[in-house]
Amino acid sequence: MAVFSRGFGGRARESAPDLPPGQFLTEDFPVLSAGPTPEIYTAEWSFSIRTETGAQHTWDWEQFRALPSELVSTDIHCVTRWSKLGTSWRGVSLDTLFEEVESSYDYVMAHSYGGYTTNLPLEDLLDGKAWIAYEFDGEDLDPEHGGPARLLVPHLYFWKSAKWVRGLVMMKDDEPGFWEQNGYHTYGDPWQEQRYW
Amino acid sequence: MTSHVDGNALAGSLSEIFRTDMTTAVCCCGGCGDTTTIATEMVYGTDALAHGSIVRCRSCDDVLITLVDTPERTVVRFPGITTLTVDRETPPA
Amino acid sequence: MTDWKVGTVTDTRTETPTGRSITISVDGWPGNLAGQHLDLRLTAPDGYQAVRSYSIASVGDGSTVELAVDRFPTGEVSPYLVDDVLPGDQLEVKGPLGRWFVWTPEDTRPIQLVAGGSGIVPLIAMARAHAMSGSTTAFRLLYSVRTPEDRFFADELASLESETFHVDYVYTRSTPADWPTPPRRVTRDVIEALTISAADAPGVFVCGPTGFVEAVARALVELGHDPQSVKTERFGG
Ligand SMILES: Cc1cc2nc3c(=O)[nH]c(=O)nc-3n(C[C@H](O)[C@H](O)[C@H](O)COP(=O)(O)OP(=O)(O)OC[C@H]3O[C@@H](n4cnc5c(N)ncnc54)[C@H](O)[C@@H]3O)c2cc1C
Ligand SMILES: [Zn+2]
Repeated sequence: MAVFSRGFGGRARESAPDLPPGQFLTEDFPVLSAGPTPEIYTAEWSFSIRTETGAQHTWDWEQFRALPSELVSTDIHCVTRWSKLGTSWRGVSLDTLFEEVESSYDYVMAHSYGGYTTNLPLEDLLDGKAWIAYEFDGEDLDPEHGGPARLLVPHLYFWKSAKWVRGLVMMKDDEPGFWEQNGYHTYGDPWQEQRYW
Repeated sequence: MTSHVDGNALAGSLSEIFRTDMTTAVCCCGGCGDTTTIATEMVYGTDALAHGSIVRCRSCDDVLITLVDTPERTVVRFPGITTLTVDRETPPA
Repeated sequence: MTDWKVGTVTDTRTETPTGRSITISVDGWPGNLAGQHLDLRLTAPDGYQAVRSYSIASVGDGSTVELAVDRFPTGEVSPYLVDDVLPGDQLEVKGPLGRWFVWTPEDTRPIQLVAGGSGIVPLIAMARAHAMSGSTTAFRLLYSVRTPEDRFFADELASLESETFHVDYVYTRSTPADWPTPPRRVTRDVIEALTISAADAPGVFVCGPTGFVEAVARALVELGHDPQSVKTERFGG
């Protein structure tokens, strides 16, 4: 049995009616660090999608930025219990990036500069549900928030929105990524509170 | 933003899993071969807002140990360590 | 396996405009070595818990521990410890922890301590252990603080001065009146001038905010110290 510490309430936890269960509002944009922030120059940056045939679709920064982009306004939910409402991003829809990609596989592993990985079902990336985002609040995305570009899949817990993303690899079966191997839920739906295994 | 701390800071969390003070255990990095005590490796994510603690090699940044506490279990992985040497003399922490 | 133990705050003392020391009586505390830390756990009425690490300023046998905490303005735990906690309040601790960043009297090398801000905490435990044991090895402390008011344990450090213990202060923002140097950072030159030289092969303990510790450790190695003899404790931040 833990003893209670008189007068300790913890950080003010402001709940709001429209939040997923167990989430609290935050106004700032906390940075969760898992390692040194990788230094990525757009001149060296590329993004690719690889399929089961070995086919690789690759965009360098210029090609990527020439693609049509969308302004995205969305709420984000971090598994460490903060939610931030009405964030605004600019990015390229994964529908656009997958236009020419042929694959019969249903799962995707996202890979990042720095070695991070996270797994997602392909259908969660399509139909206007996910982007490769490169602007936040009208500014270039900060390296500490995943710049130059990060995955944005706001309907899942935010660890799925891999920072510093550099590519997607199609997978036949769902395999766990970095945090998913370490106790976090394979899917991560905030509305069903799928935090851990 | 909370930056990294020394492996020493994980003494408490590791003591919940091992019977001895693990910070003086010597580990060999599978990535670069660097061999040193856990106390001198780098630890990220010990702050309240982190997903879990990550021990990285002080010389090549490879992930050596990850430690996540969930309400029901503790998950520890050793993705980057080839050898872990624990002195038998080390009394409990 | 180390368990959580119940601690009762017995005393608090204001040390600086942003920090104070706290004495806690802990059921079953086995005593601790100089330089060790503990994990401290606070539980809110709704069951929410927060855990942080704190170095231990006290040393030796006995069931009380002394901590010293600097307030991190946007932090969750440190403002509670610095502003709110009162004698009689309860919290939980786990420890003593860590056997790496410790000094014991068997170590007869000269010892250089380098502290930034609240990084003094494990190092004053070493200075106390040194004085208590009657060790005759040379101890020297380089203590970096923003202003004279920001010194933790200032009176005690003054009283510890002896033939074998000496403190040098570096002020980064403002100095006492008629201080010989303007405010400055702990650069390589400052370290070279105010610490035991690498030629004397001292053991070195560096503690404080992560950025401070990294800069000092790098400078020490550049000045010829064996990286193996430089032990660090980063507080984060
Ligand atoms: C081995 C060790 C020994 C230590 N010894 C000492 C010591 O002797 N004395 C001492 O004073 N300190 C010591 N520390 C540091 C101490 O553990 C704490 O990190 C420090 O007290 C700050 O804790 P906090 O809860 O006040 O801040 P935290 O709440 O942890 O905040 C830290 C940072 O995270 C940000 N943050 C956290 N949650 C949120 C959120 N919800 N939204 C936005 N931002 C957020 C904060 O803004 C801040 O930048 C030690 C650390 C270690 C590793
Ligand atoms: Zn390595």
